[in-house]
Amino acid sequence: MTRFSGLLKFAALSAALALAACSSKPEAPPADNGPPPAQTDNSAPVQSSSIVPGSAEDLRVNVGDTVHFDYDKYEIMEADRSVLQRQASWLAKYPSVRVTIEGHCDERGTREYNLALGARRANAVKEYLVSLGVANGRLETISYGKERPMCTESSESCYAQNRRGVTTITGGASS
Amino acid sequence: MKKIALALAALFALTVPGSAALQVDVNQGNIQPLPIAIPDFIGDPQGANIAKVVRADLERSGLFKPLDPKSYVEQIKSINAAPTFANWRVINAQGLVTGQAQAQSDGRLRVDFRLWDIYGESQMLGLQYFTQPENWRRIAHLISDAIYERITGEKGYFDTRIVFISEGGPAKNRKKKLAVMDEDGANPIFLTRGDYLVLTPRFNPTAQMIAYMSYINGKPRVYLFDLESGRQEMLGNFPNMTFSPRFSPDGNKVAMTLENGGNSDIYVMDLRTRSYTRLTTDPSIDTSPSFSPDGKQICFESDRGGSQQIYVMNADGSNQHRISFGSGKNGTPVWSPRGDMIAFTKQGGGAFHIGVMRPDGSGERVISNGWEDEGPTWAPNGRVLMYSRTLQGGRGSQIWSVDVTGRNERRVITPGDASDPAWSPLIQ
Repeated sequence: MTRFSGLLKFAALSAALALAACSSKPEAPPADNGPPPAQTDNSAPVQSSSIVPGSAEDLRVNVGDTVHFDYDKYEIMEADRSVLQRQASWLAKYPSVRVTIEGHCDERGTREYNLALGARRANAVKEYLVSLGVANGRLETISYGKERPMCTESSESCYAQNRRGVTTITGGASS
Repeated sequence: MKKIALALAALFALTVPGSAALQVDVNQGNIQPLPIAIPDFIGDPQGANIAKVVRADLERSGLFKPLDPKSYVEQIKSINAAPTFANWRVINAQGLVTGQAQAQSDGRLRVDFRLWDIYGESQMLGLQYFTQPENWRRIAHLISDAIYERITGEKGYFDTRIVFISEGGPAKNRKKKLAVMDEDGANPIFLTRGDYLVLTPRFNPTAQMIAYMSYINGKPRVYLFDLESGRQEMLGNFPNMTFSPRFSPDGNKVAMTLENGGNSDIYVMDLRTRSYTRLTTDPSIDTSPSFSPDGKQICFESDRGGSQQIYVMNADGSNQHRISFGSGKNGTPVWSPRGDMIAFTKQGGGAFHIGVMRPDGSGERVISNGWEDEGPTWAPNGRVLMYSRTLQGGRGSQIWSVDVTGRNERRVITPGDASDPAWSPLIQ
């Protein structure tokens, strides 16, 4: 089961990445590697019956917990709106769940600037969820700046994975 | 930090003030290090260790070339007799340091040293110290500072400490600990255990207090750490993230950034009254404040003009104006303790370098050569900087130092990987 959900997660992440890497970033240095293989299917992954509905794994695997950002930007990208819509629906279905939205940055920013930028990103996700009807009081934010990268190579494909907002459950989930 | 009893006795009568034959101009961009002989101090066995630390201090500065003790032709038998200057000219020494350590009947260690001008055939300096024997390294650093000051005309920086972040563990989930060490990497002490993220520590002007950022309990906030008592406290009680703390030159205030609804602005908190004042109101990122040494101005970074750049304002928030107009993005400004320069991080062409400029933005120079160098901190004499160097591809972090001239770039000795150095003032 673990292996299966890991694969699903990878597929969802790749889809988001492929889209993230397509938009042009004039200030970014040339990428060392090309973007990951194109995969444009951004529909919701197939429900896996072995995952407890309303659990952290349910959010992560079946809903999608991560959105991505352009370099030095904090606007929610078109491609990620469906992820946040699914998160809002899921949060409506499980009204006791409280979440913290983590804002993260790539390494191409100074430490303190990235703390501020990560806060902007986490807040952008929060505001988007609030605009979709999620109660403000259920959503906390935290910025990690560039302190918790997903990927540690110094390449554009890696940077794109690190510029992210991650919705994590802090209470009220099924287990 | 434990205060130590330190007696600075007297300048010896032999000292010839103003004999300026032996000198080094630290303003020059590319100088020949001054050859200097520093034999092991005679007397107590600790004397050899003291001389070793003095040699290492002066060598690291890049301004001195301590000569190999194996090359010495004269053995120092007494520090009260003048050396045979010709014996030191043979090995091309221009300066000579002789010294003696003696255990006292009260348990203290007495250390004497003299600095000789080999070509001027005169004594330039003679000082005497008393201390508890375990403080011998500080005596060595004080001697290095005295020699540095006598020869360069600038205050030394060897009797100082560095507060920094010690790093370890996997690149995706670094364990970071708050740590302090002597300027030469000796006596490292870990103040936190690495079970929560800590960032950007800075000393207060007495080097007794550290302001830093901690993620303890999952809430990123600015904390104060009192080195004397080991006590910690959250600075203020804010609903959101606080970060980028820096003390005012009088130590009574901390400038820092408060985040609210995704927007970051600079505030100043008075440590005596705990009242705070908001200095910036722009809906942009305003962070990384640093006071001028007279406390009247603050430099900071903002992306209000479209990209991260350096600004200066009065300490009350008035007269905010941009000073960086060079290429790329510029951030983390830190005002020199001399007041004449602002060091900063320059981002462009896919790399980060340390730069310096005058407080009006003129005279910009890049002084470091890494892939990702950031977060400069000044030695108390305003002549040397340290900074974080992140290696490309998640291969770790180091602390490096460089002269303000761009000379003498070298790695700072740390216990393992390290980042976010902040230099203490000269310890009183």
